[in-house]
Amino acid sequence: MALPARIVTLVVAFLAVAALAVFVVVHYFLFSPPTVTFGAGVTADTGATVHVVLQEDPQNTVSTHPDWVSYFIQDPTTHKWVHTTIFKVPAGSRIDVTIYGYDGCTPLRNPYFGKVTGTIGGVEYVNGKPYSQLDSWSACHVGHTFSIPGINLNVPMATPDLSATLCGVSPCTTASPHRTVTFSFNSPTATGTYFWQCRVPCGGGFIDGFGGPMQTIGFMTGNMEVVS
Amino acid sequence: MAIETQPERAQGAGGGLPAEGGGGRPWWARPAIHTAIVGAVVGYLLGHALGDYLTGATGAANQYPNVPLSDSEDWPIVLGYTLAIIGWLAGLGVFNDILRQMVGRPISGNGRAHQNSGLARFFRYELDHKVVGIQYLVGMIIYFCTAGLLAMAMRTELLSPVNHVFTSQVYIEIVGEHGTMMMMLMTSVIVGPFGNYLVPIMIGSKRVAFPRIEALSFWLTPMAFLILLSGFMLGGFPFGWTGYAPLSIQATVGADSYAVAFGLMGVSVALAGFNIIVTVICYRAPGMRWGRLPMFVWSMVSTSFLFVLAAPVLFAGMYMLIMDRTAQTAFFEDSLGGSSYLYENVFWFFGHPEVYILALPGFGIVSELIPVFCRKPLFAYKVAGAGMIGVSLLSFFVWQHHLFDSGINPDMRPLFMVTTELISIPTGFIYLVALGTFWKAKIRFRVPMLFCIAMYFNFLIGGISGVYLSDVPADTTEHGSFFVMAHFHYTIMGGLIFAFMAGIYYWLPKMTGIKLNEKLGLWHFWIMFIAFNSTFLPLFAVGDAGQPRRVFEYATNLQGLNDWVSISSYFLGFSILLFVINFVWSTVIVREREVGNPWQSRGLEWQVSSPPPADNFDQIPVVLSSPYDYGVKDAQPVADLHPPAGVVTAAIMSADAARVEA
Amino acid sequence: MAASSAEAASPTARTGPNHGLRIFLIWLPIAVIADWLLYFVYGPHMPPGTMSTSAASQQFDIKVMSVLAAPVFAFVVVYAGYAFIVWRHREGDDTDGPPIYGHARIQATWITISAVIVLCLAAFGTYELGAFGQSSLAGAGAGEGPSPIWKPNGTPLQIQVIAQQWRFTYRYPQYGGFETTALYLPVGQPIQFNVTSIDVIHDFWAYQLGVKADANPGVNNIAYTTVEHTGTFEVRCDELCGLWHGAMFNQGNVVSVAAFQAWAHKTEIKLASVTKMLPAYATSYDPTTIAQLNKAMVKAGIAGANGYYYPPQDPVQP
Repeated sequence: MALPARIVTLVVAFLAVAALAVFVVVHYFLFSPPTVTFGAGVTADTGATVHVVLQEDPQNTVSTHPDWVSYFIQDPTTHKWVHTTIFKVPAGSRIDVTIYGYDGCTPLRNPYFGKVTGTIGGVEYVNGKPYSQLDSWSACHVGHTFSIPGINLNVPMATPDLSATLCGVSPCTTASPHRTVTFSFNSPTATGTYFWQCRVPCGGGFIDGFGGPMQTIGFMTGNMEVVS
Repeated sequence: MAIETQPERAQGAGGGLPAEGGGGRPWWARPAIHTAIVGAVVGYLLGHALGDYLTGATGAANQYPNVPLSDSEDWPIVLGYTLAIIGWLAGLGVFNDILRQMVGRPISGNGRAHQNSGLARFFRYELDHKVVGIQYLVGMIIYFCTAGLLAMAMRTELLSPVNHVFTSQVYIEIVGEHGTMMMMLMTSVIVGPFGNYLVPIMIGSKRVAFPRIEALSFWLTPMAFLILLSGFMLGGFPFGWTGYAPLSIQATVGADSYAVAFGLMGVSVALAGFNIIVTVICYRAPGMRWGRLPMFVWSMVSTSFLFVLAAPVLFAGMYMLIMDRTAQTAFFEDSLGGSSYLYENVFWFFGHPEVYILALPGFGIVSELIPVFCRKPLFAYKVAGAGMIGVSLLSFFVWQHHLFDSGINPDMRPLFMVTTELISIPTGFIYLVALGTFWKAKIRFRVPMLFCIAMYFNFLIGGISGVYLSDVPADTTEHGSFFVMAHFHYTIMGGLIFAFMAGIYYWLPKMTGIKLNEKLGLWHFWIMFIAFNSTFLPLFAVGDAGQPRRVFEYATNLQGLNDWVSISSYFLGFSILLFVINFVWSTVIVREREVGNPWQSRGLEWQVSSPPPADNFDQIPVVLSSPYDYGVKDAQPVADLHPPAGVVTAAIMSADAARVEA
Repeated sequence: MAASSAEAASPTARTGPNHGLRIFLIWLPIAVIADWLLYFVYGPHMPPGTMSTSAASQQFDIKVMSVLAAPVFAFVVVYAGYAFIVWRHREGDDTDGPPIYGHARIQATWITISAVIVLCLAAFGTYELGAFGQSSLAGAGAGEGPSPIWKPNGTPLQIQVIAQQWRFTYRYPQYGGFETTALYLPVGQPIQFNVTSIDVIHDFWAYQLGVKADANPGVNNIAYTTVEHTGTFEVRCDELCGLWHGAMFNQGNVVSVAAFQAWAHKTEIKLASVTKMLPAYATSYDPTTIAQLNKAMVKAGIAGANGYYYPPQDPVQP
């Protein structure tokens, strides 16, 4: 090949590789589910109350994994359910959380996590009734947990009755059988990213249980970003 | 009888390969990389559809009517990959001659050997070992750079202990992809390009023993590379390069890309090793006694034995992993009668020889090069050979030092401590050889020599830190920390990759007839050497300060060191960029011819023109003396390239006679 | 070849400066100073410190290794540096070096010295494990599996470490078997960590205590230590265990024996209702063999219902 031809080939090859690299970085590496911001405008450390609403569904029919259990977060302004597990709260505030539990029950691997920790008063309210612990082995009424290890928060999620027909299309509506769990905690004063997860093998089994949705941000685990 | 040789008839024109047949087809209808891609895509789609059908995923979700107790998501992926590999090879035309022979038709030969000297032959299933060598060289540089970019992405995330560039999920995917890509593809980084290209020329042969197997071993590597990378599209795998079960069983479908790609690479290296062993044993020219074999060839032989013995274990491990993930066999599932220890043992029984697979070729290159630049014979040739053989033998008896804290049979710990520490004796031989060769030498600091010296320096740190890890109490602190990570980067990157660079600067004029720019080479060397040490030396301290491997968050008081390391790693990446620029600039733009023997080397490979003629040698040479006889008064030439008629035949006859007598 | 080494000129027999002696004289002070610095100046600060017996023994090992490694490293670097300066190629000199193929005595000396160092190190490492009955070493803090062979004297305090994705919890079987996320240890008493996992392989690494033991599902991996100073220490997971491996850490506290007793009794009472929910204390928690959990699974209708779960009877075990 002549020199100009070689140079042209080289430039074309370089551009192709660079374009591919940029695509991979943008599309795969920097990808993250959207962030839902709660308490926008609330300044930190004023003790203001921020209301966070989530639901956990037996499936996620709006994703590429329709059979994976999944959390959804309600956007506070549009009230639309967003397929994500990343939310932002102000630091040093009281966070009131409402979680609609639509998924069926699974016993906890480690029943210790049936104990409520880290909430204000050490309790959660299931359909308005306070509990300080749920025994997931004696009766089947725990679906998942909502746990933020960084602030020692752990709340077991109550489920609809065993006989109920679970909701089949995500995001679920309150017409489907569910139990509502509410609890409050104080967001940490230190800003940063606090991860949260579920402590039930959400696939229902022992081997695949902690795989899949458990280890995929946007399904059963995510981040709580605490900002000032 | 020391003379062993090869049958003359196997050494005819074209290396005994058939000439081109079935020509006349337009270029796009001939098997080459584009038909291979088509084949792979078709194969993947077929396999995926088959998997969907078997698990019933096309109907109601999660019902698995046809394959009870199986994982619905893994079957289509695994079958898709498998058929993609077959389709890729079929598209390349790997099976054409096999099928022709089966039906009794004359083989057409993919090896249009030497008939087409254009660029296109590098994109085909080509049987000439010199073409395969170049294919490997370019492939390995691409794989290395890809995995290197991933490493820089990791260091970018580790710039801050609390603020994150990537989500932890992307970070853990990058960790796994970087580690696996480096560890599985870099096994061939020297055996592939230099072993395949140079071993036949160094031993005076016109060909390798199994050209088809050799070419196949290369064409599996792009597939392994692509399958592994495709893991990103499937959500990656969260378990690093070791893939410990049961984490690797519970992981999502991205883990299938790991298991299939790693297993495939096991097949590739086993095939490559098989070819090199047989080539060296059976295809040496007359006079190429074991005692005259270049050190580089010794290292290739010992590495190849490790390939052949260790890679099948890896393949078995990956196969069991895939079975656990798809058919749910529970080999590694404790609660169902399997054991996660089984995976750890299988993996490290391959994994520890593998790290010597990564070290030995480096020893071979530096031992081969220092006599040339010291202008002295290699000191203690037999000790060097014994060192390589000793390392490869012992490497099979040390694997449990990876499991010192795992709780597996503690009474075995003293034993594995001894075997691990014993391996530093043959490794020390390599240093004895180097220091002896330096004695009263006339050392020429050309670029390849600088890389060799750097390799000795880096491997010294890597080797000594390895002794810490062999001691159980010290290992209890250092196991699984950044100390281990720094240690094996010193041995693999500091050893293998520096030797690889030395090999490129040294042998590229041989392989292409084109010289790399020496000034840019010096810049490349110094930046790479300083940046490498600046990157990995602090990591020993980071590890000893308690930072485990593969974390995306770490103690805030370690941020200073981590930032230093991250910034150094960018310089390291820049030095590799300089190398790539030099490589492309010199081979594509400038093309400065270097057809002679620029290093005044006595190596047999330098006695033929650069690049070597189609059949390497016009006639089979008769080797007369050691390749390292520098400074010997009236030394014989290393070989007679045009031996008088009858000499080779007589040698063959006498060798055969000796065999009959024996 | 090497066989002809005998006829090759002996390096030291040559005329000219005695290079070997010079290299030795440069090397010796460097090696002595480096060793002195490593052992006496840096040595007491070497990781992982001296908070416990096992940490101290690991620090001692690292110290000894460093003292051996420094002279070896210095020798190679000094020799090579000397060679590169004295024996570098000079402009205009196109001759080759002397054809030395080997030197039997030097080769034998090298091999002997490296073998002696290596075998001594192995013997030293074995001794440091407590293999000769030194109960204070007790396996140097490494996980010894379900049937440890190097044990401390006396009855150790039992602490079970349960690793799960992505958190450690701790059970105290001698205090009613309560489970908590807080880790408290008494000072001066042998401690037995029973490390196990209920999902994948983790690794319990108490850095300042010099304790490291893999947490394997279904296996009780025992590690011993005796803490000698009060204070806090870091616990990290040291084996990649999935998505949040990097965030799997917590802090432990070493307190006086009295304070520990008080804490344990208080916590035992406080957590009594939670303890009732837990399975009976066992050395490992195999989900398929815990009757309560099995019952719960059946109640939930999960066993065998879909492909995500391996029911206990499937695959059929002999």
